[in-house]
Amino acid sequence: MISKVIAEKGLPAWAQAAPLALVFALFFLVPLLLTVVVSFWNYTEYEILPDLTARNYIEAFEGCARRLLAASPELCTTLKTYLTTLRISLTVWLITLVLGFAIAYFLAFHVRSLTVQIVLFLICTIPFWTSNVIRMISWIPLLGRNGLINQALIKMHAVNEPVEWLLFSDFAVILAFVHLYTLFMIVPICNSMMRIDRSLLEAAYDAGATGWQTLTNVVIPLSKPGIVIGSIFVLTIVMGDFVTVGVMGGQQIASVGKMINTQMGALQFPPAAAHAVILLATVLTIVWGLTRLVDIRKEL
Amino acid sequence: MGGRRFASFYWLSALFALFVLFLYGPMVTIVVLSFQGPEGGLTFPMNGVSFHWFAKLWNDGLPNVDIWSSFARSARLGVVVMLLTVVLSLMAGLAYRRGFTGSNALFYTVIASLIMPSIVVSLGIGLEFRMLDEAIKKHAPAFLADGYDTGMGLFTSALGAHLTWTLPFGLLIMLAIFNRFDARYEEAARDLGASRWQALRHVVLPIIGPSVVGIGLFGFTLSWDEIARSSQAVGYLNTLPLELQGQTTTVTTPVIYALGTLTTAVSFAVIAVALGTILLLRRRQARRGSDVGKAMS
Repeated sequence: MISKVIAEKGLPAWAQAAPLALVFALFFLVPLLLTVVVSFWNYTEYEILPDLTARNYIEAFEGCARRLLAASPELCTTLKTYLTTLRISLTVWLITLVLGFAIAYFLAFHVRSLTVQIVLFLICTIPFWTSNVIRMISWIPLLGRNGLINQALIKMHAVNEPVEWLLFSDFAVILAFVHLYTLFMIVPICNSMMRIDRSLLEAAYDAGATGWQTLTNVVIPLSKPGIVIGSIFVLTIVMGDFVTVGVMGGQQIASVGKMINTQMGALQFPPAAAHAVILLATVLTIVWGLTRLVDIRKEL
Repeated sequence: MGGRRFASFYWLSALFALFVLFLYGPMVTIVVLSFQGPEGGLTFPMNGVSFHWFAKLWNDGLPNVDIWSSFARSARLGVVVMLLTVVLSLMAGLAYRRGFTGSNALFYTVIASLIMPSIVVSLGIGLEFRMLDEAIKKHAPAFLADGYDTGMGLFTSALGAHLTWTLPFGLLIMLAIFNRFDARYEEAARDLGASRWQALRHVVLPIIGPSVVGIGLFGFTLSWDEIARSSQAVGYLNTLPLELQGQTTTVTTPVIYALGTLTTAVSFAVIAVALGTILLLRRRQARRGSDVGKAMS
């Protein structure tokens, strides 16, 4: 009977979606819930103890207020780490936004043949399908102490000593992020731009708008959904990153993700969970702020 | 826009060219350097051209790491992730066309998984499996608990971690496809007496085929390169990118570039096969899919 119904009507829709839902329940929702719970647990050197304590949160910011309010105010390690992470994230966001917008604009408005558009789009996308670590390592022969750039600078007598801050530095980290994640800006912004009715641009032109006015009054407002989605991608990835910061920072720069990773390596799960929850809250606040500007579902 | 080009066209073209150079330049550099002569180092100049470092990689691997085992592990995991991503996304995509209770909640869960900082997902899955291990060791009957070590592994926790990253791409692509899908083709098939399965098999799948191949491409390549989500959830045996990440600072010979060239070659091969298949399917569609205009010619 049942098999007959299924043969005629197919599986019910919820059953078709069930395997996917199950994966996210098991490997996303439950782990998230456990992280929040464990962040309130106690721990010793050997084990984690089911308990209800704010210890992990208090210890995360221990001494921060005292040092901030001291005669010579200074930041505690935790705050410093969060600020570094935020600073890097905002810098990367700004660069990828401007660069991604310009590239998307070129692809959407200046390339007229669909085939060329697809080919250029693929050229931008192909590196995304290759290994991130390799793409990071590949900067080493360029930026290193004896790398191409230093060799060139010395040959040109621009510098006498090799420039040290090119690799294993904030600069290298930001460069690598821009290298890896500008695509996350290009795709959604380009997607929004492709939907802009071309006659709107002509109308603006006919009405006497300059190129700049058309850009700020027509193109940017209509690309807003893409800009928001791209921003969410870039900000959330960079905020939680520990791989890029680790490799390109020569394991010397602290980020929130790296701090969590280190604590997990030391098997200090409850404090790691507490930092994960704080990171999550920060990221969600940013995302919430950004999504107030756009409805994601409409953009597919 | 007319025929004439705006001034912005020229400097945006230049910017685009620079951007492509920025994307591919470093990659080309390490490919070139991986053919460094036996005496050559990590940077230019090239000290001769040879396959020395590939041979060294083939014979000795990397110091302290069984690189070929992780290579095989990553490939196996990538294939499984790819298949599951395609099948689960396709099924869920079909479900979304008909609608079901909780579809919105599921959609937002998937989006949340996509933008969740990977370290948080990794930590959560790591915790989940540790707690499961504890529970089994303490409470499970002896036949289960004896000799039990951990449930964490390549095809349990790491697979799950990878799927939380690949499935959102899969589902979003599916939803985008079906948003543009003309349901009348399917209705026509049904009107002609096709069963649901026949309509899916002979009408829907051939139309969306190229995009489904695209989902597979995402599934494999994202898994093949994945680090952040599996870092705390992989168990004892590392995947290739995880090993590579650990070796970036310790390996000081071009052998690491040889490995980089090799993994990139795998990625490129997969991309080429996928794009080739997509092109082939498109051609097939164009050839068989429509007789529009045939009467005229």
